[in-house]
Amino acid sequence: MIPLRSTILTLVLVLGGAILMAVLNLGTAESSALHVPTYAVSLAGKYLSFAMLALALDLVWGFAGILSLGHAAFFALGGYAMGMYLMRQIGPRGVYGNAVLPDFMVFLNYKELPWYWHGFDQFPFAMLMAVLVPALIALVFGWLAFRSRVTGVYLSIITQALTYALLLAFFRNDMGFGGNNGMTDFKDLLGMPLQADTTRVGLLLATAVMLCLMFLAARFVVGSRFGKVLVAVRDTESRTRFLGYRPESYKLVVFVASAVMAGIGGALYVPQVGIINPGEFSPANSIEAVIWVAVGGRGTLTGAILGAILVNLGKTYFTGALPELWLYALGALFIFVTLFLPKGVIGALDRFRHIRPVDEVPPEKISEVTG
Amino acid sequence: MTIAKNWLTRRAMGALGLAAMAAAAIGSTPAQAQGTGTIKVGILHSLSGTMAISETTLKDVMLMLIEEQNKKGGLLGKKLEAVVVDPASNWPLFAEKARELISVQKVAAVFGCWTSVSRKSVLPVFEELNNILFYPVQYEGEESSKNVFYTGAAPNQQAIPAVDYLAENEKVQRWVLAGTDYVYPRTTNKILEAYLKSKGVKDEDIMINYTPFGHSDWQNIVASIKKFGSAGKKTAVVSTINGDANVPFYKELGNQGIKATDIPVVAFSVGEEELAGIDTKPLLGHLAAWNYFMSVDNADNKAFIAKWQAFTKNPKRVTNDPMEAHVIGFAMWVKAVEKAGTTDPTKVIDAMIGVAVPNLSGGFSAMMPNHHITKPVLIGEIQGNGQFNIVSQTPGLIVANEWSPYLEGSRDLIADWRSPMSCGNFNVKTGKCGGSAK
Amino acid sequence: MLRILLLCLLMLAPICAPSSARADDAANEAVVALAGQNFDDIRRGVEALGVSGSPRAAAILGALQDGRLVLGADKQLFIKLPEGGYQAALTGEPAADPGSVRPVRVNNSIRRSVDAALGALRLFDASAATRASAAEAVFKSRDPAGIPALTRAIAAEKDSGVKRTMEQARAAALFAAGDASEADRLAAVATLRDRGDIDARALLSTLTNQPPSVVEAAAAAVKSIDFSLQLWSLLQSVYYGLSLGSVLLLAATGLAITFGVMGVINMAHGEMVMIGAYVTFVVQTIIRNHAPGLFGASLFFAVPLAFLVAGAIGVAIERSLIRWLYGRPLETLLATWGLSLLLQQAIRSIFGPTNQEVGTPAWMSGAMQLGGLSLTYNRLTIIVFAVLVLATLMAVLRYTSLGLRMRAVTQNRRMAAAMGIRTPWIDALTFGLGSGVAGMAGVALSQIDNVSPNLGQGYIIDSFMVVVFGGVGNLWGTAVGALTLGILNKFLEPVAGAVLAKIVVLVALILFIQRKPRGMFPLKGRAVEA
Repeated sequence: MIPLRSTILTLVLVLGGAILMAVLNLGTAESSALHVPTYAVSLAGKYLSFAMLALALDLVWGFAGILSLGHAAFFALGGYAMGMYLMRQIGPRGVYGNAVLPDFMVFLNYKELPWYWHGFDQFPFAMLMAVLVPALIALVFGWLAFRSRVTGVYLSIITQALTYALLLAFFRNDMGFGGNNGMTDFKDLLGMPLQADTTRVGLLLATAVMLCLMFLAARFVVGSRFGKVLVAVRDTESRTRFLGYRPESYKLVVFVASAVMAGIGGALYVPQVGIINPGEFSPANSIEAVIWVAVGGRGTLTGAILGAILVNLGKTYFTGALPELWLYALGALFIFVTLFLPKGVIGALDRFRHIRPVDEVPPEKISEVTG
Repeated sequence: MTIAKNWLTRRAMGALGLAAMAAAAIGSTPAQAQGTGTIKVGILHSLSGTMAISETTLKDVMLMLIEEQNKKGGLLGKKLEAVVVDPASNWPLFAEKARELISVQKVAAVFGCWTSVSRKSVLPVFEELNNILFYPVQYEGEESSKNVFYTGAAPNQQAIPAVDYLAENEKVQRWVLAGTDYVYPRTTNKILEAYLKSKGVKDEDIMINYTPFGHSDWQNIVASIKKFGSAGKKTAVVSTINGDANVPFYKELGNQGIKATDIPVVAFSVGEEELAGIDTKPLLGHLAAWNYFMSVDNADNKAFIAKWQAFTKNPKRVTNDPMEAHVIGFAMWVKAVEKAGTTDPTKVIDAMIGVAVPNLSGGFSAMMPNHHITKPVLIGEIQGNGQFNIVSQTPGLIVANEWSPYLEGSRDLIADWRSPMSCGNFNVKTGKCGGSAK
Repeated sequence: MLRILLLCLLMLAPICAPSSARADDAANEAVVALAGQNFDDIRRGVEALGVSGSPRAAAILGALQDGRLVLGADKQLFIKLPEGGYQAALTGEPAADPGSVRPVRVNNSIRRSVDAALGALRLFDASAATRASAAEAVFKSRDPAGIPALTRAIAAEKDSGVKRTMEQARAAALFAAGDASEADRLAAVATLRDRGDIDARALLSTLTNQPPSVVEAAAAAVKSIDFSLQLWSLLQSVYYGLSLGSVLLLAATGLAITFGVMGVINMAHGEMVMIGAYVTFVVQTIIRNHAPGLFGASLFFAVPLAFLVAGAIGVAIERSLIRWLYGRPLETLLATWGLSLLLQQAIRSIFGPTNQEVGTPAWMSGAMQLGGLSLTYNRLTIIVFAVLVLATLMAVLRYTSLGLRMRAVTQNRRMAAAMGIRTPWIDALTFGLGSGVAGMAGVALSQIDNVSPNLGQGYIIDSFMVVVFGGVGNLWGTAVGALTLGILNKFLEPVAGAVLAKIVVLVALILFIQRKPRGMFPLKGRAVEA
């Protein structure tokens, strides 16, 4: 259960921060000391999109005990749906001036649009797909996995197999998604030029609002009766089953919901970074997302958002400031967090006061393998 | 809910807020460069991740060139300052870092990228913020941006002369086009296929094969090449296999006993640096086509190699083609800045066209209006010591076809960035500048 | 050298004899051509030298083949002797150091001509291997001019294998000879059909200007070769699969211990493999610099050393990191992921980001022919090595007291501790063992893959798949899993292509895990359900 005041604070900070940046970007002159450059606006938007992925992951990992090492796949699928929409919006402004076919299809000699590209010129349809495709894959995958009681590390490994298979599939140029290059050079979104400051600020605000909505929804879910059963499933699945619940249904619902959240995050991510390509499916990305959650504090929702922002902030800073050494810093951070901050930054702040709140994460159940 | 808890969560929230503030702060770090008397040059090459293997060298070359320029007194009376960032082989991060270099660090130009996808990722950023990118790697063409200068080879500056060489000197009639499944091999093979067919090669004499990145098990592909090559006609492999996968590919070739005298392999992505990781004795006679080889025998090149080995403090360090491309690109930029008298990108971009500087293969390379440079094409055979024995060199310099005449979509396109045309994809049929900007 | 020359003289007496003066003239002319710049001239020089009958021809061409034929300042040709020093090319007399030299220019077509010319000259060499490769060279060149020499060589040949190759070479050359009878041609077709390999098929399927009966026989022969090749290719695919499987097995065995037996999700496993490969590189560098003679044995030094280095690092990791995280397998995942980043970057800092050259010892290069099967030595070695590693590991676990303790601790930690086993110590050793095995795998992988900081990344996911597929905690399962995945992959690859094959395998694996959530060979008992 997430306390009300921390909820309010999260909302205020995320929304307030975004609005503040918006005002300082649009409302001040570039020479002003208070001016926030567009660069920072885009970065913040990117972080908040990542925060959605982290939030989605925290929902399944922190509250249902499903450690998905393939969650970035749903994020990327949402991103591809948005990318396809943006690609269609380029229209005849592509380098070959073909009104229907995206550039990469022109030079790969496509004669017509593949069937699965139809409809993506409509924004509502594309957004529906950004939600529906991840949901569908999560549904099929989850239904198979949870029904046959694949748990623990086995589940983690096959989620990784899932994202790896998708990675390889999207790498194939024959798939018609642009292969390794993916999609880029987008022009506008809903008629607004993507390079305009106002569009960027708008996207940041939209991302912030969406994140807050998701956060509220997630908070509502984990606070509900449903959420309590989830926690029970996480802690002892078999006992919950003996009590008459069907853990697989609960897990499936939350897994699908989480995939949808990740998909939305991906859809908002793409216009802000300007590219979507198969690299987003790489297993390393999914693992990194898990690490954001771990750094912030698993099972706290707030922590997921905080972790995503902190780690990415660090990455942005160190890849510029210490280009040769930053991997040491990142690697050491992961080790440090797992060893010394098992409950993440949020947990550490709690421990700082020597008080353990009742609704903290219970100790991880002992793994099936070690016995 | 206890009071303490509230206090704590507030602390947590504080941290969150701090993070948001810090994000803003990073973004708004004032550009200290202005007025301090240095000119910043951005270096955007991956220092970690999968591409570090190739790109780290290019970063070092740039550092060396900048140091050297500073010893000569800098540029426009100011010292040059290298700004190195690590985009970590992560394509969205390339875009982010490019934006950081331009809008936060205020660099005058950026030297960077290796893969096509990294270039595609940063391209909109350079166009939006109007800065300059020097791209040093051979690539698939089909692009010409106002803000990018392509110092690597376009397909007609590498692939087509190589195929011509094989057809003429080795009497090759049957072709295997083997590549990694990404845009450079796809496009190059499309161009080559059309080219070969225009030369009368039949469909059944062309075999095209694509493999994923980092493919390491080549057993049956090499076997099928062997089989394809046993149809009685002289066969050659044209390889656009990407860096990482080459070592296992060549090792398998050697082990299955495919000698260059039977089925020669000509590669477009294998240079001295890649060969440094292989025992090249079994590869004797396989070929590569580049615009520069370390074994080029002239004084400029010898001096460059000596400088490079001294700079890296490694007497065995090799040089390669993309390094030469940076050498050319940097020299051109310096010249253009001097010509324009400013580092203002708009003026430098205009001043770049027509600038000619000596290349290391003996001769001058000039920047053409399509933002590509003229290059000689060299064919080399791999020797036992990891170097290339140059067996053929085009008599003159070759001008890049950024839009290939062998591809349907680009046949009618040309690029000319001089005013009044000032267009990267001008359609000569419709007489219009297609696509972006205008 | 002298003996070879003498032999050549003896055997070639009928050719060499006619007029040694004329032969010398021809050789002189040819050698002048070799000193030129133009590749075509050089090639013609090689061909002329080959048929000149000069007693020096074999020596000169042999030197050219090895890149030891050099030009002095005034275009004099010298042979650089392998043991040092120079020899005048035409006379064979020792020469003073000619100062600055450059090698004679070669390209592929010259190399081909050299091979062919040397083939004809070396049919009477003292060593059977040289004669066999000479015959093979003539087979490839299909030059009817070599038929008389081949006929003589066949008559003199004692070694049946070499004799067969010579007969095949003669058969191959025969079709182009205008004066061969129809019966001879038919016999040649039969000889080539018996050879039965892809080269023979290539030759038979491209015959031109033959009598109808020969064409017919050739067509039938091609059909029969195709059929047998098809059968062999099936076996070949199995071999490819086994070889890929053994690579997977090697990479996964260490993980089967750390992950399978101890339950530690070690994401730094790939880096242990990488460290093993770098140990090989270091060992080879030291050997190259200090004891080049031992190069062939370098891997035998590298294997135990890689085990020790990777094992020691493993123990250090367990003591400093993993032991705090027992019972929290998902946290170990994160910590070891961080560790893998550290190790990769450390290797990058120490050795640089580029590939390092790891040589293949001569005994691991090349391939052997077993019927229609081509077994590459390096892959064969890796298969054998994988089996050895697995067998040793099983023996250690089953028959040594350390193995007994390891099994005890993994089965019931508290009971084992109560029996006086120092469980922390055993944990460290087990982890060290797993890491050490990964290091040994690195030695093997250095023979087929890039030795770069990214080496481990390429194998980590596959390794996890193998272990999970086989059944966690079961070495047999790992072995069967690796081989199954390897063979499945290799049979799918020709049909679906490399990428699609891999995707299909991954999807199949996901579906399989749904059917059998604990892998092929699940551990039974209470430990599993806890």
